Amino acid sequence: MLSGATIEVNSLTKRYGNVEALRGVSFAVNEGEVFGLLGPNGAGKTSTVEILEGLRTPDSGSVSVCGLDPQTSGAEFKYAIGAALQATALPDKMRVHEALDLFGSFYPQRRGTQELLRRFGLEEKRNAFYSQLSGGQKQRLALAMALVNNPRVVFLDEPTAGLDPQVRREIYDIVEELKKEKKTILITTHYIEEAEKLCDRVAIVDHGKVIALGTPRELKQRSGAVTRITVRVAKPEINGALGNLEGVTECRAEADDYLLYSTRVPRTIVALVKHLEEKNNELVSLEISAPSLEDIFLELTGRRLRD
Amino acid sequence: MRNRAFLFFSLIMPLAFLFIYAGIFGRGKAQAVPYLLAEVLALTVMGSFWGLSVQLVTFREQGILRRFRVTPVGASAMLASSLVSNYFLTLPTIAIEFYLSRSVFHMTGLGNVLSIFVLVTIGTVTFASLGLIVASVTNTMQETQIINQIIWFVFLFISGATIPFPLLPGAVQAVAVFLPATYLVSGLQRAMIDHTNLPNLGMYLASLGGCALIAFVVSAQLFRWEPESKAPRQAKMWAAAAVVPFLLLGVWESVNGDLRSHAMKDLQSIREPYSMERIEH
Repeated sequence: MLSGATIEVNSLTKRYGNVEALRGVSFAVNEGEVFGLLGPNGAGKTSTVEILEGLRTPDSGSVSVCGLDPQTSGAEFKYAIGAALQATALPDKMRVHEALDLFGSFYPQRRGTQELLRRFGLEEKRNAFYSQLSGGQKQRLALAMALVNNPRVVFLDEPTAGLDPQVRREIYDIVEELKKEKKTILITTHYIEEAEKLCDRVAIVDHGKVIALGTPRELKQRSGAVTRITVRVAKPEINGALGNLEGVTECRAEADDYLLYSTRVPRTIVALVKHLEEKNNELVSLEISAPSLEDIFLELTGRRLRD
Repeated sequence: MRNRAFLFFSLIMPLAFLFIYAGIFGRGKAQAVPYLLAEVLALTVMGSFWGLSVQLVTFREQGILRRFRVTPVGASAMLASSLVSNYFLTLPTIAIEFYLSRSVFHMTGLGNVLSIFVLVTIGTVTFASLGLIVASVTNTMQETQIINQIIWFVFLFISGATIPFPLLPGAVQAVAVFLPATYLVSGLQRAMIDHTNLPNLGMYLASLGGCALIAFVVSAQLFRWEPESKAPRQAKMWAAAAVVPFLLLGVWESVNGDLRSHAMKDLQSIREPYSMERIEH
């Protein structure tokens, strides 16, 4: 385990009745890093983050946040963290600015309500009741509340779950800004795009265990995942011909396209061009798709993330 | 005021009772108003019982409490702030009831204001704390509502808050002397009609205060933030400790208390507007 890490998680286990939610989860997050826990629902992401927030106690193992134990460090720990929880709400008849004023009043040092309203695009909604906010506005308020004490560490548990793509992108922009402020951020998600776009490092979690950990690029390089080359040619190819090209592990015909899965992309492309010339055929279009974290998850678990 | 249930139980219902009591039972006679106002004040104070338990369970079920849990606010601070805000929301209703009693029903005098103030203050905390206890030992809103209904029914009908204590059957009176609500109603009537000062209400205040203190400590101990966490089995035993002061007071009252004689004396004050047949009946 890295010493001096802002967040340290060592061999966590947690059981709910007969369900083993965590089976020895370990990782460390450095200062100023955006760290993602990526996995399907029920993988153990929320249990891990809620143990780190002090909302749950592990059955065994240990955690520390800014060198503090969430269970025993009291107010000092609470001052250091901000959290946007997954399953939470505010009273329906609480106004937006009241929520920020109230939660801000709990801390000795706080950010101004007006500043937060402006930053999270909630100025027009400052007097609206919580019940009148849209899903995206509620989530922006949750993020503003997580930052009300200007914390060192921010926990975001599924911050974009259930939001439409446009609102999701707004949330991404906010996280990018926090990243510039050098906040240490732990984010849980089951969206591949979110993990790839936002996170410096990602731990892929499945069945209560970390099954892979690294930067999105490292994970892709380390895996044996293949690159997909989508090819469209002028005349149909004889079955199996493209599958014999160098580096190709699989070839599928799909509508007018051929999908070539290759472990050695440059060699496959050279071979493809030669082959087409020999056959007096022409290349109409070619598209290369690098393996995504989804492919890596599939490779590691045999399942898709949203199964 | 944004919460309709609160508005109903803490303002509309007590004022409706005031008009029904003073207008119909009191037949608009000014001398009956202090007795009836005391009952309405007691109902207002007892309304705290509903408001806080329902609010706390709603907050727990909706996951609102767990959001507070990641802040430096502790359980005792959460509960204490809810008691204080409930108290300050109750005071305007009390003031409106006094104002209407004087302006609409021509009540003269205000009773012993200090005694009334202290009874209302301690009473509000006591009944709100009892509400917090119910919230601590119930797991769902449905359970909370059922237990609240049962306790509220008992408080309402066998404490003197609706049917005057002397008119209750002897067996019911014997049970009523063990209820906090009975002492609140009786204390307020004595302060309104006899101008009883604080030292003479000492036993009542001590019991209400003792009950409030135990109920608060127990509810802070049993406090649960998470919707899925369940009340431990022994929680109900702890909750029962809150009624110990009234068990002791009830025993003392049964042996050598004067609640019955005071209640009868206070009732005499409205004999004029209340017809004798109604009382004997």
